[in-house]
Amino acid sequence: MLLQYRGSEGMLAWAFHRISGIAIWAFILLHVFDIWLASVNPELYDELLAIYGSFLGRVVKSLLGAALLYHALNGLRIIIMDFWPSMTRYHKHMWYANWVLFAVIGLPILIQIMAPAFGFERPFRFQ
Amino acid sequence: MTTPISRASRPKPQSGGWELATWYLMRLTGLGLFVTALAHYIIVHFLYDPKDQTAQWILDERWGNVAWRTVDWLMLSFVVFHAFMGMRTVISDYTTGGVRTALTMALYLSALVIFAMGTMAVMTFEFPVKA
Repeated sequence: MLLQYRGSEGMLAWAFHRISGIAIWAFILLHVFDIWLASVNPELYDELLAIYGSFLGRVVKSLLGAALLYHALNGLRIIIMDFWPSMTRYHKHMWYANWVLFAVIGLPILIQIMAPAFGFERPFRFQ
Repeated sequence: MTTPISRASRPKPQSGGWELATWYLMRLTGLGLFVTALAHYIIVHFLYDPKDQTAQWILDERWGNVAWRTVDWLMLSFVVFHAFMGMRTVISDYTTGGVRTALTMALYLSALVIFAMGTMAVMTFEFPVKA
């Protein structure tokens, strides 16, 4: 549907916003459940944690981060156009700016999360 | 005077009342989540590693003081409103009549359950007894 429709940037921005929003909503259900589990049955929660730290878990968390970052940046773009309608003229510019920010912010985080899955040290150390 | 119509998002309701309040609250909670949810993601994935985050770790590093619990509860409030009212928009875009009503009611019920579970966790999670 996305490839057949004559959609341009605005339509893709909308579709990505909706898809990422639904994905984040689904993750929120899981995430509130796991924190609730940690409060009532810590041992069971710790077992669930093994999945989050696994290769697949890290891939899913990276995808979640991508959805979150896209939704956050595009959300700002929407707010700008809602409250300053004249900015709608630049809606494509803002969308491309979002992808630049997405790559610049997202890449270091992606490397940090995925490094252990490939047997590397996490590159950014804080402790 | 022209009426500003947003093409990128849900048009601002002209009726006022609850729908208009929801429209503003979606943007307000969105801004709140821009700060709290992104910060949360960066803390648990960039500063720390997901594999270390046992229940004991939550106690030691995250919920050892009331301030962090308050911030996280605020984030929970933002996200329950934003995510579930967003899903309401999705439901009303693709369904009509009785199906829409049933799905929306189920959505509101699950929002209450999720909010209760999150609130329960943040309030009843064991407090550390620091020597």
